Amino acid sequence: MTSELDIFVGNTTLIDEDVYRLWLDGYSVSDAVALRVRSGILEQTGATAAVLQSDTMDHYRTFHMLERLLHAPPKLLHQLIFQIPPSRQALLIERYYAFDEAFVREVLGKKLSKGTKKDLDDISTKTGITLKSCRRQFDNFKRVFKVVEEMRGSLVDNIQQHFLLSDRLSRDYAAIVFFANNRFETGKKKLQYLSFGDFAFCAELMIQNWTLGAVDSQVDDMDVDLDKEFLQDLKELKVLVADKDLLDLHKSLVCTTLRGKLSIFSEMEANFKNLSRGLVNVAAKLTHSKDVRDLFVDLVEKFVEPCRSDHWPLNDVRLFLNQYSASVHSLDGFRHQALWDRYMGTLRGCLLRLYHD
Amino acid sequence: MPGKLKVKIVAGRHLPVMDRASDLTDAFVEVKFGNTTFKTDVYLKSLNPQWNSEWFKFEVDDEDLQDEPLQITVLDHDTYSANDAIGKVYIDIDPLLYSEAATVISGWFPIYDTIHGIRGEINVIVKVDLFNDLNRFRQSSCGVKFFCTTSIPKCYRAVIIHGFVEELVVNEDPEYQWIDRIRTPRASNEARQRLISLMSGELQRKIGLKVLEMRGNAVVGYLQCFDLEGESGLVVRAIGTACTLDKLSSPAAFLPACNSPSKEMKEIPFNEDPNPNTHSSGPSTPLKNQTYSFSPSKSYSRQSSSSDTDLSLTPKTAPSPQGPRIYLCPSSPPLSCGSLHLKKSCLLLSDSSLAPHHCSLGSPVLRKSVSFSEELFLAASGMGSGSAGKEGGPFKALLRQQTQSALEQREFPFFTLTVFPPGFLVHVGGVVSARSVKLLDRIHNPDEPETRDAWWAEIRQEIKSHAKALGCHAVVGYSESTSICEEVCILSASGTAAVLNPRFLQDGTVEGCLEQRLEENLPVGCGFCHIPYDELNMPFPAHLTYCYNCRKQKVPDVLFTTIDLPTDAMVIGKGCLIQARLCRLKKKAQAEANATAISNLLPFMEYEVHTQLMNKLKLKGMNALFGLRIQITVGENMLMGLASATGVYLAALPAPGGIQIAGKTPNDGSYEQHISHMQKKINDTIAKNRELYEINPPEISEEVIGSPIPEPRQRSRLLRSQSESSDEVTELDLSHGKKDAFVLEIDDTDALEDVHSLLTDVPPPPGFYSCNTEIMPGINNWTSEIQMFTSVRVIRLSSLNLTNQALNKNFNDLCENLLKSLYFKLRSMIPCCLCHVNFTVSLPEDELIQVTVTAVAITFDKNQALQTTKAHIEKSLQRASADTEELLQFPLELCSDSLPSHPFPPAKAVTVEKANPMGEGNFRNRSAPPCASSTVGVVKMTPLSFIPGAKITKYLGIINMFFIRETTSLREEGGVSGFLHAFIAEVFAMVRAHVAALGGNAVVSYIMKQCVFMENPNKNQAQCLINVSGDAVVFVRESDLEVASVQQPTANCQPLCAGGEVTT
Repeated sequence: MTSELDIFVGNTTLIDEDVYRLWLDGYSVSDAVALRVRSGILEQTGATAAVLQSDTMDHYRTFHMLERLLHAPPKLLHQLIFQIPPSRQALLIERYYAFDEAFVREVLGKKLSKGTKKDLDDISTKTGITLKSCRRQFDNFKRVFKVVEEMRGSLVDNIQQHFLLSDRLSRDYAAIVFFANNRFETGKKKLQYLSFGDFAFCAELMIQNWTLGAVDSQVDDMDVDLDKEFLQDLKELKVLVADKDLLDLHKSLVCTTLRGKLSIFSEMEANFKNLSRGLVNVAAKLTHSKDVRDLFVDLVEKFVEPCRSDHWPLNDVRLFLNQYSASVHSLDGFRHQALWDRYMGTLRGCLLRLYHD
Repeated sequence: MPGKLKVKIVAGRHLPVMDRASDLTDAFVEVKFGNTTFKTDVYLKSLNPQWNSEWFKFEVDDEDLQDEPLQITVLDHDTYSANDAIGKVYIDIDPLLYSEAATVISGWFPIYDTIHGIRGEINVIVKVDLFNDLNRFRQSSCGVKFFCTTSIPKCYRAVIIHGFVEELVVNEDPEYQWIDRIRTPRASNEARQRLISLMSGELQRKIGLKVLEMRGNAVVGYLQCFDLEGESGLVVRAIGTACTLDKLSSPAAFLPACNSPSKEMKEIPFNEDPNPNTHSSGPSTPLKNQTYSFSPSKSYSRQSSSSDTDLSLTPKTAPSPQGPRIYLCPSSPPLSCGSLHLKKSCLLLSDSSLAPHHCSLGSPVLRKSVSFSEELFLAASGMGSGSAGKEGGPFKALLRQQTQSALEQREFPFFTLTVFPPGFLVHVGGVVSARSVKLLDRIHNPDEPETRDAWWAEIRQEIKSHAKALGCHAVVGYSESTSICEEVCILSASGTAAVLNPRFLQDGTVEGCLEQRLEENLPVGCGFCHIPYDELNMPFPAHLTYCYNCRKQKVPDVLFTTIDLPTDAMVIGKGCLIQARLCRLKKKAQAEANATAISNLLPFMEYEVHTQLMNKLKLKGMNALFGLRIQITVGENMLMGLASATGVYLAALPAPGGIQIAGKTPNDGSYEQHISHMQKKINDTIAKNRELYEINPPEISEEVIGSPIPEPRQRSRLLRSQSESSDEVTELDLSHGKKDAFVLEIDDTDALEDVHSLLTDVPPPPGFYSCNTEIMPGINNWTSEIQMFTSVRVIRLSSLNLTNQALNKNFNDLCENLLKSLYFKLRSMIPCCLCHVNFTVSLPEDELIQVTVTAVAITFDKNQALQTTKAHIEKSLQRASADTEELLQFPLELCSDSLPSHPFPPAKAVTVEKANPMGEGNFRNRSAPPCASSTVGVVKMTPLSFIPGAKITKYLGIINMFFIRETTSLREEGGVSGFLHAFIAEVFAMVRAHVAALGGNAVVSYIMKQCVFMENPNKNQAQCLINVSGDAVVFVRESDLEVASVQQPTANCQPLCAGGEVTT
């Protein structure tokens, strides 16, 4: 006796959250059944393995049919075939677009192209995430990217509107899109200690302050591309390190204020010029798109690592950066105060976030 | 030209990409009704076109309005080649034809293609302007309301229940026409869908005409079925119960009756003009003034209909114009006729030589047919007739006379209803059924489908005579079905023989003192159990006792019925689903030989199904079955029998005896040990079941009854059959004194299997209950969460070693596993009850068995009953009783006694809790419906006639849809499971869309009448036909109503009053 056909269709579509998770994680039906058996569900419910198999198959079939709709979440809301309560719809969408930390760290900043897709095999092996799940996550990134890439208006709002994601997840996707578009390098060994959250935080600050949208909210791609003019202007900051008097003055201003307030004052004093040069040079180099890509590598190399090797406490880094950016206002010979604030305001936030073990 | 149909095409969305180059579609729409077609403009390059068309107007006869569906076709415009069809929408405009239902159809409809499924949606608005028609010879029956619900619909009141209406229409099946060889599968499917839609319309119109002739205005319990007879054609047939319904315009007005049954309230239903034409739509008005005459009506109704039911109100004394029946003479007195007939069934039950009982009918029309019919009585032995108690005697006779006169006017005193107004059902005799095996022959002239009519007339005659034999004049809970395999067809009909109160059957002439007496004489909650037949003329070795409730009248020891549990019935504990499953192998044969073989097998199957039901009922410790439905399915090489019913313990009936096992060779020690082991297992199961279903009948001392009543623990004897009773059995009997015991003899492996299979049925997991009736006795605190579902399974039998036992085991496992899967899937709803569980079996191919289940899971709140301030209970009880009233639409009688007779007094509620060891508070929050603000309105679907926690305020019309889906890329669509899963989901979606477009938010009495699935995996093809129906309604949550009542404190203190304001 073999079951040729075995289906269950409810007027309200039944969604089993556990099975949905297994499906999203890319397990085959038999693996999913095995995992469910291990979870002790048979003992709890008194069901048999055959029942579990049939149930799992059924849910997988439903998810498979829903997947087409999940690719364009507003369709899920308007379709008539599956009657799903709104709270469940939201759950389906949110979970479908959720991603694994390990996976996103591999792909973040990479071009979302066919080439990268071919590497998914390696990513799967490396991260232990099933290839199927990797594909789904990659396709999600790519799909969101394609849709919002050339759209005007706030990136987060666009994502929220077209994919009906939660605020949190929309922000994450905004970061992914922003990184993919600017191709920031995140995979270098020295960046491995950084989490997706760290990058997402930086991305948000950069979108707010460094993109076209920060000055004009009516342009296409406003939140996706960095403000080219701003990047060009950043060259002007070079004077802060090129002019020896200005550099000395800057240093003395910072040291006077911070004396006695930092546990690592002497290290700071000794390193001031190096650090300042590093930060200003990063700014000056941003004209070249290659250097833009290396932004995070540079920040870690030029600032995070030196401070860390001297064991600066986070609070001292904060005091230093605040004073470092603020005291520029007292430099009479420096005319680019606004530019400096736009640059340093964001950079200060990023650096504080990046500064950890 | 009495009608103008107006259609506007607004927009489309989610259309498929039809032009690969641009990834877009140039869509336009054709709107067709009858032979007229309109087209919209082409909306270029869009998947979401906004046509916003003008109003397309069709001027049509109302006859066409009833028959024809509105056909909307969406196409992709192509300049160079033929336009590609995207899909179609068929809209049944019938709901617009009666004034109380929907006034406009407006909404998004899925665009359906028989090859690709749903492809986008289209927004359509449809309206109808009806003009008055003064033509008395009209062919249309606009204005007659149709309900699938098998009870008097809520928010209506039955003035008169007229009785049985039936009709059938035949045609050639387009699938088998010569042209099918040259046309595409799509064209063929569409031709079929359209034809069936047309035929259903025509059928409904013809039934409507009959109803008008009977001076009714509605059909309740409307059941329409298709017989796909293959080469020989397509039959669409329908049965229903004609009624005169009155809209309860202001239910609030009836509420005072609840507290004080004042006289004027009482008179309302009868004093009002029982004129059917209370609705304002024109066409039916002429009848009102017309003096009723039979001859013209007859002539026109016959013109094209195939009727065999005579509609005239003149008493008919010579029915059965066709084929000679051997045993039945309609004019003979009922009793002699009955006993003659009963003898036959006695033989049948006791003897295995059944061959002589099937008889070939010699009528010329039926030349090739072989007929066998057989009846199943309420109990193998436990039925008989009893004398009415002394007090009841003369009254009963009077009642009988009255009913008889009321019913004899009808050729078939049948009622498709399963739930009745209080007082309607006087006594229940038992189940009557008849089957007949026919050979299909091509229908030569579709306009004269006399053969099919004659077949059904014959079966109905038989049912009628069975009922008479049981001392009953009417059959309630009546239904008909067919099973077809190649050219053999089994026609089946079954119902419950009953004695009815004539009051509802006539124009209110017989009320008055009789009515009063009736109420005095009928004890509450047990009257229907009292035997309607004569004890002295008992044709069966029956076992009668005095009623355990009133102790005045006789009751049988077991009661089988096809109806729902009457609301006032006194039940102890909870009920449960009981199924008997059976397979019998049959040799492959051709034509007559095949029919004969099937005829010979049928009585054995009926008998075994019946025995199984009895055994299982006793194993559950219960004594009555409700909603019994026995389905016999014929296949190429086997016959399947599946009986489903809901077992309950009726307080009025005696406690069921146990089951006694007897071995054939009593001297063998080890064998005896085995037997005693089995016996112990059975006894344990019975005890366990009693506990599970909370069956604790009160102990009754013998002197009160004054007749031998088995004490609860002792077993009652019930011999399987007289001829088989051996000496050992007698000895056993003696050892148990005069008490009865149901003895199972284990004399061969077959019997052993039987006993084993008895014990393999596992009860549902804790927190689950199941029944196939509308309501589950013992559970009344339903919450609003419901989940209707359809589950389909097909298994392939290994063709090797097919024995009856192996087959039985496979089938049994299939059904049990299916149930287990359902329990597992719905575990998040615990505590819950599966209601209206409906199994259908089909045998699509040699080695395939298909089982389709549709049911609804309803959660109930096990805690609610516990939070008990007394006021709370009273309030809920009041509401419940008021509800019952609403349910029945006869507020008058119930008022005084509804509270005390309420089957679930508060004390009982505590036990509800006990039954659910599982489930903590975490289930409670689920009852709140989270789906308040969705872009797509939620449409509930349920096979029940009500929605828990809500009040139906309006019936919008009948939903009756037929779909075909075919694929030539089965693998790509996920195999057979993927294909059917998607199709059923699409069918649900289309039903919901139609209901929403009518302005409704639920379908009640939903039923999937057919699900015919055929596959050809080698060709990568599959095809499926689905037919569904139900009533579209508007419901309002009771919680919303209560809010309204707070705002309207002046009206009345009762919570339900608010319902009146909402109801329109």
